[in-house]
Amino acid sequence: MQDTVAATEEHKPERLKPIYVFEAPVRFWHWIHGLSILVLAVTGYLIAEPLPSPIGEASDRFLMGNIRYIHFVAGYVFAIAFVVRVYWAFVGNTYARELFIVPIWRPSWWKQLWYEIKFYSFLTKELHKETGHNPLAQAAMFVFNVLMGLFMIVTGFALYAEGLGQGSWADQLFGWINPILGSSKDVQFWHNVGMWLILVFVVIHIYMAIRADIISRQSSISTIFGGWRYYKDDRP
Amino acid sequence: MASPETFYEVMRRQGITRRSFLKFCSLTAAGLGLGPAYVDKIAHALETKPRVPVVWLHGLECTCCTESFIRSGHPLAKDAILSMISLDYDDTLMAAAGDQAEEILEQTIEKYDGQYILACEGNPPLNEDGMYCIQGGRPYLEKLKHMAHHCKAIISWGSCASWGCVQAARPNPTQAVPIHKVIHDKPIIKVPGCPPIAEVMTGVVTYMVAFDRLPELDRQGRPKMFYSQRLHDKCYRRPHFDAGQFVETFDDEGARKGYCLYKVGCRGPTTYNACSTLEWNDGLSWPVKSGHGCLGCAENDFWDKGSFYSAVPKLNVMGGVEADANKIGVVLAGAAAVGVAAHAAVSVASHMKGKQAEEASDE
Repeated sequence: MQDTVAATEEHKPERLKPIYVFEAPVRFWHWIHGLSILVLAVTGYLIAEPLPSPIGEASDRFLMGNIRYIHFVAGYVFAIAFVVRVYWAFVGNTYARELFIVPIWRPSWWKQLWYEIKFYSFLTKELHKETGHNPLAQAAMFVFNVLMGLFMIVTGFALYAEGLGQGSWADQLFGWINPILGSSKDVQFWHNVGMWLILVFVVIHIYMAIRADIISRQSSISTIFGGWRYYKDDRP
Repeated sequence: MASPETFYEVMRRQGITRRSFLKFCSLTAAGLGLGPAYVDKIAHALETKPRVPVVWLHGLECTCCTESFIRSGHPLAKDAILSMISLDYDDTLMAAAGDQAEEILEQTIEKYDGQYILACEGNPPLNEDGMYCIQGGRPYLEKLKHMAHHCKAIISWGSCASWGCVQAARPNPTQAVPIHKVIHDKPIIKVPGCPPIAEVMTGVVTYMVAFDRLPELDRQGRPKMFYSQRLHDKCYRRPHFDAGQFVETFDDEGARKGYCLYKVGCRGPTTYNACSTLEWNDGLSWPVKSGHGCLGCAENDFWDKGSFYSAVPKLNVMGGVEADANKIGVVLAGAAAVGVAAHAAVSVASHMKGKQAEEASDE
């Protein structure tokens, strides 16, 4: 059967042309975003569960200070990259908006979503062709990247504001979250839980991307590197 | 009480010398973070302004605020402040009792309607129509509302009045609520802490009566002069925190060396209060100085935030189950990894099966 597919492919060279999906800024953002999450997760964990104490005079050591410093720098990178990514949603191509606008008002979106759920539950074999994100991926991206990302930025800067002090820019912009969540202890807690939720997303995201690259009918891994979506067959 | 006395007159009548009075003014100015120029202003205000009456009510509480207050580090501050306020109503400190005491409340309302400061220690329980706190034969809630209606401003003393404190801890059987949940039409100043630091209490009262205005408040209604920084920001063990040197257990080498108590649950990094600068009992000590982490007693719901001995925030998330954020996380991430592995296995299996079927059909 595979031979016959290959044979027909050779005979039908008009398979769907590659589509330029992820523009350079989106790809660049993706990797900055992922790298900052990695750094933030490691340093964030070490802030909640510090390393064993180094010996010596306190004045000779700045371990916790450095870990926090790296966390704050990575936090700035994460937040600024997020803002730039929002900007790109306005000026980029149509796929640049998929992260932020989930078309839940479209019946076809829901139909596709149901189809994806069935596919991932092994209830159906054939997968539709996708150019951008499939609805399931899109929903997950929206919740875990956009909403959770925003939540981490707001809670993160609220905690950062505690070091900068009351009346600082971070306090004025983000300090309001403390009374809403209860106290800064609660903000810490939810910021910590947020990290783990994002890590859960990372695990599933990487798995899905590799799986899609192998099983689905279009390219996945190479797309986030090169930007082009290739199709493996020419059926509709 | 024909013409209202000034604070100064009251103090002098109490046997406080002018020299001591001026010392008190300096002390208070320093405590409020004001420059030397303000010593004169405070003295002038106390000399010329009529005494502002303070009515001190007690709801559900343990009286630790009063205990702290009367142990104000500088004995002078205590005397001075007490002479300002105890003349009116404080059922723990005043001489009158029973009907006589309750009469004072009505007299205060008659004479000083809209002018007196209502200092609330403790809070009202709402359950069973407020029957869990009865004073003079009626629920405290009624008394509070009645007195609040005629007052100028309210000071919520301590964590009870500010946040709810222990009696409002889950499951809060008496439905005790902080003052700001029942009084909505008066300015409320929260002075949290269990108890608040004595100098903070006297400082707030003096500021209000001397300058005739409320101190500047932060987002949550606490005076900025005392609650704008965390204990952590001014902690003398902070260098050990930045160095990453922590006490792991209370009997280890780190504890002996006075390392940071963050890992054994110190809540200094999330607690806004003046303990690390003013300290307690006339600057004798404060929790971290004595080798124990801060419990965060000045923070909202500090009693419901899980263990006092864990660095990672533990919260009661879903009704009673104590959750450690990192434990939740490990379980979640672990579940995700297992799920992914299982899904991958099924994917491969189904793919192979599909292939076999295809091969079989080819044959």
